[in-house]
Amino acid sequence: MSKRIDVKDLNVYYGKFLAVEDVNLTIEARSVTAFIGPSGCGKSTFLRTLNRMHEVIPGARVEGEVLLDGDDLYDDAVDPVHVRSQIGMVFQRPNPFPTMSIRDNVLAGVKLNSKRISKSDADALVEKSLRGANLWNEVKDRLARPGSGLSGGQQQRLCIARAIAVSPEVILMDEPCSALDPISTLAIEDLINELKNDYTVAIVTHNMQQAARVSDKTAFFNIAATGKPGKLIEYGNTADIFNMPKEKSTEDYVSGRFG
Amino acid sequence: MTRRPSQFTKNKLPRWAIWAVLAGALILGAAFSALLGFSLVTMSLFAAIFFVVGGTAASGAVEGSRKAKDRLATYLIYGAFIVAVLPLLSVIWTVLERGLPGMTSDFLFRSMNGLTGAIDNQTVAEGTPVLGGAYHAILGTLQITLWATIISVPVGLLAAIYLVEYSTGGPLSRAITFFVDVMTGIPSIVAGLFAAALFGLIFGPGTRTGFVAAAALSVLMIPVVVRSTEEMLKIVPNELREASFALGVRKWRTITKVVIPTAISGIASGVTLAIARVIGETAPILVTAGFARGINLDVFGGWMSTLPTYIYYQIITPTSPTSTDPSIQRAWAAALVLIILVMMLNLAARLIARMFAPKTSR
Ligand SMILES: Nc1ncnc2c1ncn2[C@@H]1O[C@H](COP(=O)(O)OP(=O)(O)OP(=O)(O)O)[C@@H](O)[C@H]1O
Ligand SMILES: [Mg+2]
Repeated sequence: MSKRIDVKDLNVYYGKFLAVEDVNLTIEARSVTAFIGPSGCGKSTFLRTLNRMHEVIPGARVEGEVLLDGDDLYDDAVDPVHVRSQIGMVFQRPNPFPTMSIRDNVLAGVKLNSKRISKSDADALVEKSLRGANLWNEVKDRLARPGSGLSGGQQQRLCIARAIAVSPEVILMDEPCSALDPISTLAIEDLINELKNDYTVAIVTHNMQQAARVSDKTAFFNIAATGKPGKLIEYGNTADIFNMPKEKSTEDYVSGRFG
Repeated sequence: MTRRPSQFTKNKLPRWAIWAVLAGALILGAAFSALLGFSLVTMSLFAAIFFVVGGTAASGAVEGSRKAKDRLATYLIYGAFIVAVLPLLSVIWTVLERGLPGMTSDFLFRSMNGLTGAIDNQTVAEGTPVLGGAYHAILGTLQITLWATIISVPVGLLAAIYLVEYSTGGPLSRAITFFVDVMTGIPSIVAGLFAAALFGLIFGPGTRTGFVAAAALSVLMIPVVVRSTEEMLKIVPNELREASFALGVRKWRTITKVVIPTAISGIASGVTLAIARVIGETAPILVTAGFARGINLDVFGGWMSTLPTYIYYQIITPTSPTSTDPSIQRAWAAALVLIILVMMLNLAARLIARMFAPKTSR
């Protein structure tokens, strides 16, 4: 259960403002793709177009195509809710539901949709998802406690468990480690490495080492100036992007000369 | 071994000094008040002034001007607090003092049915306990408020949900916000006249029932519910909505299962405060529900009393024009019941808020 994504001629707008221009790229199934680039270049914006979360913002719209195994997500007849159940997302700040226990947080995707699930199935799903997020051992004795009582890193892994509990095809992560300490970061990076056995993963990061450590492919975005649209500058194997980039600006960025 | 004084410490007024100032202020206050003919009020007033002036001056002399200003501000704030709380305490005290003697089981569980002025005259003449009660008015209050709540909460809640979750700032939402603002300022008697006129148009003039009163009260309640719910929904972080959307949850399910549960404690206390606001209304009840002396359990037919109108009539038209004491006692007892009802509502709001509050403990 993992699908590839093809992006074709994608323009992303906030109202009249063109935030990201003309992106073409392919995200392979069962791989980790990292998006890097200076702040404000449209990485988050682009990532959110991949599961139609972009249009949640009033006035936001998209031109172009995003294909999930060949099916256009932006076809008129497509229900965005259906898209999001196949392409999950983990946000920059951990956001467990404050009214729910750890267990209910993991089951949120099932329960909020009022799907029927037997207690034993639910227990199995909770354990599988929490194990998948490397959190089971830390929380197995307090599943009934509120999710917001966990540490930041644990909360973030809880959010990952919540995302994989609905068994999506693709998982999108927007700077999932930016609020975390190095140890939690490492735990999440390990997790990403495991996730790619089953899922397609796309991750936004500001951390070059992290991109180098976890990703198979890297996409570098940049803006010419503030107010100009962000563009995909270079896309390729991570090793190539970091060791022998074709573009001058990519080299400047990954070597830390700007951004 | 004694430590050398820290270089950070400055001169400090010894603790007893402030008590000394207080004692001096009290004595001086008593003396000055005696000049005007002694009374506790003037004495505390003088003492307060002397204490503030004396305390500030003493602190200024020993501790320097910054500390003195600090003390002055502290004293003034305490003073403001006392001024704010005193009337409240005095209201509660007065109502307790005058209302408690009338709080008999007779009062709580009997209506005024068949109670004539002659009976009151006899009670006064013989010195027996006051008869007649406010059972019908308590029931009326509960029924009318309940119906007002049943009408207002869904309307107010849905309007707030529309405003916060669905509207994009278009003409409709601006119109709703505008009218809600206008409705907040409507005098309650106008709401009563409106409901009376509306039901008069539909069911014939002079239609007065508990339900008409409930409609009038909901005109007053709806804007309060909309406003408070709106505020509560607005502070639910957008991240939670996005987290829910990202799990493939539909918008209305996100609203009913994530947004509202997160905000429910605030919404519940907003609703309770709205109820507390209308439960004491008198004027709109008089023009919509009329007045009854007996129990009426049918909000859709017949006149009805509530506690405020009961109090009003007991004071304005005592049951026995010659011996008014029983009526006045009943009025105070009814006032006490009303205050207790409102306090219980506030307590309920707190309980509900605590019950639903997002749990953060480990
Ligand atoms: N809700 C919004 N409404 C209007 N413009 C927005 C909105 N969110 C982002 N933008 C604009 O879109 C552009 C891209 O923003 P985006 O958040 O995608 O950048 P980013 O690459 O994720 O930056 P960072 O690394 O700081 O997270 C920026 O110019 C930003 O100002
Ligand atoms: Mg971003």
